[in-house]
Amino acid sequence: MVDQSAVGHRFAPVTARVEPGRLRYFLDTLGEQNPVYRDAGAARAAGFAGTPVPPTYLFCLEMMDAENPFEMLTALDIDLARVLHGEQSFAYHAPVLVGDTLTFRPHVASVTEKKGGALTLIAIDCEVTNQNGVHVADTSRTVVVRNG
Amino acid sequence: MTATNDIKVGDRLVHKTFPPINRHKLALYCGASGDHNPIHVDIDFAKAAGFPDVFAHGMLVMGCLGQALTDAVPPAKLRAFATRFVAITQLGAKLTCEGTVTELFSENGERRAKLALTTRDDRGEVKLEGSAVVAL
Repeated sequence: MVDQSAVGHRFAPVTARVEPGRLRYFLDTLGEQNPVYRDAGAARAAGFAGTPVPPTYLFCLEMMDAENPFEMLTALDIDLARVLHGEQSFAYHAPVLVGDTLTFRPHVASVTEKKGGALTLIAIDCEVTNQNGVHVADTSRTVVVRNG
Repeated sequence: MTATNDIKVGDRLVHKTFPPINRHKLALYCGASGDHNPIHVDIDFAKAAGFPDVFAHGMLVMGCLGQALTDAVPPAKLRAFATRFVAITQLGAKLTCEGTVTELFSENGERRAKLALTTRDDRGEVKLEGSAVVAL
């Protein structure tokens, strides 16, 4: 079972490129029709220097380009079949645009037991920077492990 | 898109409904998101893990909520977006995403609004609860 010794554990940084074709696949899957995400002119009119990504797409980029997208599970010896997503948050500091190359640096922020140990909540915080070193976002996800 | 200068507490800014979630959508999202956890697409894996069937990725549901949010608020104004995944979203769920202004405040030199967000299925069950901070 994951315990406090995991807190502070750093995972391999992930470098991810914001590619237009992959983004379009995501937009089509969600039925996202907002022109700001699809049309460079609409994006400029909305105040962006390029085409921005939708609010949850950072989560996808980190998973898509990770060499081992389930590193968190193998590093902490967690069974994939026993995890659920508990919480997710994003703080946006600067735009993320098509063509950007992002670096994600995730680490374990906290480990909390719930329901007498039946559940373990693992919070993973991640700083996101772009190719110019600009701190564009912070993300946090809480993974719920069903023990026993 | 809503004019943001006359927003007040209690205003419902966000409201959008989505078509039912089907297996095809889950398969597409698996590829589109990079979340290849088989629990969302492989019924054998889901059953072995103790679930009656595959179910939607939490982030697919949050993606719908994000879409509803930036339909109402310009993406350049979004400062923060957070959710708690309250319940599993089953196949066939028709999601309704809503957001209401709960607070107006100043932060980092700009006026901002906080929104309370929810996503419910067509039986009214809450799937996601969250919040967003937007610049006005």
